[in-house]
Amino acid sequence: MTDRLIARVPWTLLAFAAALCIPLLASRFYTSLATDILILALFATSLNLLLGTTGLVSFGHAAYFAAGAYTCAILMKNFGAPFAFAFAASGVVAGAIALAFGFFCVRLTKIYFAMLTLAFAQIVWAICFKWNDVTGGEQGFSNVPYPDLAWMAGIPGLGGMRVGEHYFYITLVLVGICFLILRRISESPFGRILTTIRENPERAEFIGIHVRRYELAAFVVAGVFAGLAGALFGIFNRGVFPDFGYWSKSAEVLIMVILGGMGQFWGPLVGTFTLTVLNQQITSYTEYWPMVLGLILIVLLYAFPAGILGTLAGIARGRRGQTDA
Amino acid sequence: MLEVSGLRKTFSGFVAIADVSFSVERRQIAAVIGPNGAGKSTLFNLITGHIRPDTGRVRFDNNDITGAQPPVICRMGVGRSFQHANIFPKLTVFENVQAAFIAHRGAGTNFWAKSRGIFDDETRILLRSIGLHGEANTISGTLSYGNQKQLELGIALAPDPKMLLLDEPTAGMSASETRATIELLQQIALERELTLLFTEHDMDVVFAIAQKIAVLHQGRLIAAGSPMEVRSNPEVRRVYLGEQRQ
Repeated sequence: MTDRLIARVPWTLLAFAAALCIPLLASRFYTSLATDILILALFATSLNLLLGTTGLVSFGHAAYFAAGAYTCAILMKNFGAPFAFAFAASGVVAGAIALAFGFFCVRLTKIYFAMLTLAFAQIVWAICFKWNDVTGGEQGFSNVPYPDLAWMAGIPGLGGMRVGEHYFYITLVLVGICFLILRRISESPFGRILTTIRENPERAEFIGIHVRRYELAAFVVAGVFAGLAGALFGIFNRGVFPDFGYWSKSAEVLIMVILGGMGQFWGPLVGTFTLTVLNQQITSYTEYWPMVLGLILIVLLYAFPAGILGTLAGIARGRRGQTDA
Repeated sequence: MLEVSGLRKTFSGFVAIADVSFSVERRQIAAVIGPNGAGKSTLFNLITGHIRPDTGRVRFDNNDITGAQPPVICRMGVGRSFQHANIFPKLTVFENVQAAFIAHRGAGTNFWAKSRGIFDDETRILLRSIGLHGEANTISGTLSYGNQKQLELGIALAPDPKMLLLDEPTAGMSASETRATIELLQQIALERELTLLFTEHDMDVVFAIAQKIAVLHQGRLIAAGSPMEVRSNPEVRRVYLGEQRQ
């Protein structure tokens, strides 16, 4: 009975409403942390379309994040492009690169697929690192301007706020829309076909599915949303650096997805939240953050083999099963 | 309906299928038999496009399908079940069959609709006809092996095929499951006017329902014809039926 009530609460809306209150109630520091989490959660959720839905392990998802970040930053700083245009363009560019790389990647399976995604990502990183004229090379591309958000001061309640808080709202709305679209895609017939490919590509082929084409489509969609996340992150970070495309960034987002639970749509969000908050808390106590993080991850992965949200969902399902019986 | 001519396939020197020719008529129930390693599964894989033949042609419904890709062959009306229950184990029974409808009706490119209610009626009717309507919401990987094979049949039937290729449809089943499966197959073949081609170890099953039998031995077709003809063929008796009796 209570479980059914819990299931009926519009959690997504409540979470969105709660997020709206963050700049009003919390300090600038926490507003900034929340922005960080939102953007990285979008990045992680885009990866989960490959990992959790289609069953493709990409070790190079940072390439599309970086592509989006550079595109948006360069368009806004060098060409004075409006944010809306630069943001959309970064999705298009990241998607186009994903299409070109994915064309080759989906020809391979399993670990070979993963290695090729990694190889392509290292190429992107090398280009960002060396192409001084365009990307700023090793020094990166700093002083990315904030979008013009002065109009937001006209919205009741947002008058006295700083640009960082306005940017949080822009991020919240854009990431929220992206989440809605990604969720819609994963629950669509297209998403169902992707899950059949995850479950059994051989059988999927013989219900009439061109497996590679669907994998490529998923790869491009994931790339687009990673690019959009990158665009938001570059502005938030006030600079774009080659590290955005480095393999460690790809590993980090992979950890976020697995930690939260790749079988759940909101798993990557939970994973991103957990990892970012842990990082924040632990670095304030010790400089050995990576070691502590490693230990915590080992414990979490043993305690929650299906990820944090996946394990919680499993427990809830078990309880509901008992009450029904 | 199906015509295989001069089919040959070697794997690095080993001749898996050697110049096999035979045909299956429309609405016929045909069986391919032979000892383990005779090339039955390879023959199926050649027909359904999972392997390309070295030489020879495969014609289906007056179209040359030699070397076409599996999804293309599937869409032309060839359904297939595999030797081991080949399903989508973490999806529900309903979702398994529904996915096959989505794929076949070309709804897979729709990334905006809700998949939940789509092809609901079709899926439920099909589940009823294979006797799994009571298990619609069960996670398919938790079904009994016999039920998983039934579900695989359901997945193969969703695209409304003209012909079904079944690789050992009763493998791993108990005697009662086998009997139920055979009855189900005959009934479905009749209702849907299907052409059936299956491989099978159980000779009782083969001689009970097959109208035509092809016998493979070491990649070679040694006999093809009615059950009577095959039963009385001396070479078949020597290499295969004789072995069984020992």
